[in-house]
Amino acid sequence: MNPQKETKAKPKRKKVQFSKLYPDFYIERDWDKCIKCKLCIRECTYEAHGWDDKRETLTEDHSKCVGCHRCEATCPTGAIVIKHHPSRFREHDTWKPWFIKNVYKQADTGGVLLSATGCAVPFRNYWDHLVLDACQVTNPPIDPLREPMELRTYLGPKPDKVEVVLENGKYHLKQKPGPWIKLEVPIMFAAMSYGAISLHVHQGLARAAKDLGTLYNTGEGGLHASLYEYGSNTVVQCASGRFGLHVDYLNAGVAIEIKIGQGAKPGIGGHLPGEKVTEEISKTRMIPVGSDAISPAPHHDIYSIEDLRGLIYALKEATEYKKLVFVKIAAVHNAPAIASGIVRAGADAVVLCGLRGGTGAAPTMFRDYVGIPIELALAAVDERLRQEGIRHWASLIVSGGIRCSADVVKAIALGADAVYIGTPALIAVGCTMCGRCFTGKCPWGIATNNPELIKRLDPDTAYEKIYNLVHGWAHEIQELLGAMGLNSIESLRGNRDKLRAVGLNEVELRILGVKHAGE
Amino acid sequence: MEIFIPNKEISGCGLSGVINRKGELIKGEVIIESICCQMDRGNGLGAGYAAYGIYPEFAEHYCLHVMADTKKALKEVEEILAHKCYLVHQEKIPTRPVPGITSPPRFYRYFVKPRYEGDLREICEGTPDEDDYMVRLVMKINRDVPGAYIISSGRNMGAFKGVGFPDQIAEFFRLDEYSAYIWTAHNRFPTNTPGWWGGAHPFTILDWSIVHNGEISSYGTNRRYLEMFGYHCTLLTDTEVVAYLLDLLIRRHGLPIELACMALAPPFWEEIDRMEEPERSVCTAIRAVYGPAMLNGPFAILFAYNGGLVGLNDRVKLRPLVAAKKGDFYYMASEEAAIRAICPDPDEVWCPKAGEPVIVELEPDTIPNQRSYLRGEPFQISSPVCRISLVEEEETEEEEEA
Repeated sequence: MNPQKETKAKPKRKKVQFSKLYPDFYIERDWDKCIKCKLCIRECTYEAHGWDDKRETLTEDHSKCVGCHRCEATCPTGAIVIKHHPSRFREHDTWKPWFIKNVYKQADTGGVLLSATGCAVPFRNYWDHLVLDACQVTNPPIDPLREPMELRTYLGPKPDKVEVVLENGKYHLKQKPGPWIKLEVPIMFAAMSYGAISLHVHQGLARAAKDLGTLYNTGEGGLHASLYEYGSNTVVQCASGRFGLHVDYLNAGVAIEIKIGQGAKPGIGGHLPGEKVTEEISKTRMIPVGSDAISPAPHHDIYSIEDLRGLIYALKEATEYKKLVFVKIAAVHNAPAIASGIVRAGADAVVLCGLRGGTGAAPTMFRDYVGIPIELALAAVDERLRQEGIRHWASLIVSGGIRCSADVVKAIALGADAVYIGTPALIAVGCTMCGRCFTGKCPWGIATNNPELIKRLDPDTAYEKIYNLVHGWAHEIQELLGAMGLNSIESLRGNRDKLRAVGLNEVELRILGVKHAGE
Repeated sequence: MEIFIPNKEISGCGLSGVINRKGELIKGEVIIESICCQMDRGNGLGAGYAAYGIYPEFAEHYCLHVMADTKKALKEVEEILAHKCYLVHQEKIPTRPVPGITSPPRFYRYFVKPRYEGDLREICEGTPDEDDYMVRLVMKINRDVPGAYIISSGRNMGAFKGVGFPDQIAEFFRLDEYSAYIWTAHNRFPTNTPGWWGGAHPFTILDWSIVHNGEISSYGTNRRYLEMFGYHCTLLTDTEVVAYLLDLLIRRHGLPIELACMALAPPFWEEIDRMEEPERSVCTAIRAVYGPAMLNGPFAILFAYNGGLVGLNDRVKLRPLVAAKKGDFYYMASEEAAIRAICPDPDEVWCPKAGEPVIVELEPDTIPNQRSYLRGEPFQISSPVCRISLVEEEETEEEEEA
């Protein structure tokens, strides 16, 4: 039984596309303000705006609008407003429009639902149930404008103890420690591949990372030739597709991240559609132009923890033990035990990516329903590693759903060494979270490689915006630390006494290791 | 005895300490007078003393001061001790009834040596070290026996503490009858939670004793770090972590005392970046590795061990600490008045800078089993030192020796 074949045999008949009948958005044009300059037509990459020659007027196809707000933002007279479509289904708490429309889509296409960004289901966001402490009377708050306030963090395994020898009246280290990576601010840029996002964004991230004293991550798309100069601020990724991976690439950064999984789609690989594989990307990824870049779900050389150990040491050998090796996993049910295994396998840092971690393309069911929230995973992993006495063997980096500097502070108080941010960096360069990155048509010039579209975001702007964002966050973190009476970030790390929960149940409190407010 | 269940006690307090570098004994009245001079720094909810050199007849044995709420708890402790130790002597700690001190717990002291036999293997697994054995034993009793706490566990030293003003506690424990070559004292002003007997200072482990004025804002980080190394905080007060950190860093990890002090109150990164090698890499390693051991928040602490007395301030000096010298006597206190009360004309009085330890050790070979942690293994020279550069210290030392 193959219905598609049967239809091919018969003459084509136009079929109703239910999913087109009920658009999500509504393009409202103020005809008094509109000067019919047609800029909206040029700006919209989804062809939601059109021109009717006969009537000499602009037209809208609401069903094509993705809600990116590009036309609204660029309209010279402010004549356009993008609204939620006012048309409604009968209200039903189970059959919300989201589910109805998804059924239509799949009935129309027979395909897998695809989404971008991170989990959109309103699971409890634990960051929003945690509050921070501040000093009153018994301990003076510290003013970061007047006093030193330190955010510097060293990533990498720490020995149990420091051993020194006395020579000529001076202490010397018995052994050279490290290698360690110095971060001036514990916020790094998460893996987003060149291919998924434009070269300009990559250039902006790399430059911002350099000036901020932090790291950005190449993702699995290889490293463009123009970015090798930012090596001391680069994490190169080794994912299951091994795209663009060669020894110069491995040696280009300060760390190599083995990507086992990501929070947006745990358990599956990636897919860069052939349309996005341009000449430059083909060179960087070392694949033919126009061919799909499909990363398999597993690494086919890692079917067990001992295989992971093999790869970790293969990479260390290849780079003469000068680079740190991170292992990134999606936060899943058994994350604490897995993380423990990773640390014991020799990883220098464990990267945990939570349920709400973003992506340019993931099957919707994976994005929304696979994996666990990062707050719980982080708390459980940190606690487990401490119980085993191996917390200092590796750094713990978390990502997925960090939205503001307070989230960073809370993550560090729960036990993270540093965080990765992806989505906030993209929003900083203009992303409106329309979630259509996989089309390659990003009208903001971010998640695209169309040579015309990438001009919409130049590298200087990208750099400046990203730099400003993290600079602002860093200052807020300093203020929050000072209010807590701490003048150094390491005294916050794992300091769950600084957190209190509001409105969580006892199981959640136990897992987070946090007391309820009032206690 | 009243017990409260505080989460973490935060205090602002008075400190005083005195040491004689030649090991000459100092009468209890001296330290009592000094701490009582700082009466306004406490509120009657806790006071305590640590004294070194008070049990010369049992100098080879660990002296466990046990505080027990009930006879049953005491009995449980005694059973554990009978299994795990050789007991050479035990007695009730002599006390006097004092007006204002109501329902004190029971205080006993036991002079013991570890016993490596039979079922004690379970707690001393793989540690031939007597000190490690004792640490585990103390942790076990403090955690497992409800209502009983070992409040001091060193050799030839003891801690005496309770709820009351310092004069009351001294009277209660009859401290006027003891003489020691190092004394530290504490007058407590707990602000968040009412005091309880176990929560008074000093805090001790082995012969480390700590008195502390301040709040350790990094307590959560420090406590969880120590748990990885088998230390469990049971006394519900932030100061406890300092005792365990010192034991970990200095005794177990073998860090020279000045580097251990640096780990607790390290220089800022901008200072470290300006340092010359090899200092810079030593400081960087200390901060990177011992970040979770850093004490953050305002504090002045005095800590003592059988060979010395150390005063240390937080990295930005948010609590007072004054030091003074008169011949072989060194004094450290929260207020200069407390020093002048017992030493009216000191040779020298100074305020140690933020994060700069004042380390005063006994002269070499003054007492049996003397511990010296200054300048690592090869050079065990005792002298007061400050941070700054190690070269300058060297010079200071030479002057001292001369």
